[in-house]
Amino acid sequence: MRHEGGGADGGEIIPIVLGADVSRVRRAVAAAMAIIGASKIETTRMVTAASELARNVLDYGGGGEVRIALVGQKARRKVELVFTDHGPGISDLSLALKDGYSTGGGLGLGLSGARRLCKEFEIQSVPGKGTVVKVASWTERP
Amino acid sequence: MTHFLEPNRIPIFQIGDCLLLTIQVDLEDRMIMTLKDDLAERIAKSHAKGVLIDISALDVVDSFIGRMLANISSIARILDAATVIVGMRPAVAITLVELGMSLQGVQTALDVDRGMELIRRRFDEEAKRLHEA
Repeated sequence: MRHEGGGADGGEIIPIVLGADVSRVRRAVAAAMAIIGASKIETTRMVTAASELARNVLDYGGGGEVRIALVGQKARRKVELVFTDHGPGISDLSLALKDGYSTGGGLGLGLSGARRLCKEFEIQSVPGKGTVVKVASWTERP
Repeated sequence: MTHFLEPNRIPIFQIGDCLLLTIQVDLEDRMIMTLKDDLAERIAKSHAKGVLIDISALDVVDSFIGRMLANISSIARILDAATVIVGMRPAVAITLVELGMSLQGVQTALDVDRGMELIRRRFDEEAKRLHEA
């Protein structure tokens, strides 16, 4: 992994094109959380959120990529993930963030669940252009 | 046991009236779809009354895998077998609830022994009912 150097290098990019890529993303996020010394529960939350977002990229965005980066220094270091797709985009973001809302036959927990599981969550979507979701997490240390 | 020869399949063992499978790898979507089919076939063929799914090695259960586990339980129930999910890690349980998945209708137990006990109790109750009828 190319995380050394504090994350100023822009991080590691993983394409999300096939079903198997979702597990690759999970493994890479788990490895990044291990580097910053995140707790077991925080790691599980972040990997689960990454899995949901990667599947969204695949199922709704028609494929895309995730950039995994470590940002910040030492005790304040966090793992940041940016999921990008060039799919149809989301026309009503507040509706898409509601529990149980789905246009694809899923449970509708992916986006809303990922937002609850991460410490930082930002979403930008332009209909016809695609969607970018940025999340970040870390473990508080005294 | 042809299952052993296929790296992308999860082996299913039979112990008496129970089927036991351990999920030990990071599940790829395709694998769990195959598992669903394999398991349904095995329940019908073996007339198993119980299915124990050990997920103690899984460090992540997302909504897709959660939904598949719930689906497997429903399929087994229709085929007259009880499913018990055993060995869920505490962090996985916390995350599932935060995600909004309560796994309703899915029976769980802390370990394989307790899972077996749950299924055995179901057999006994059924036998008793049949006896009384």
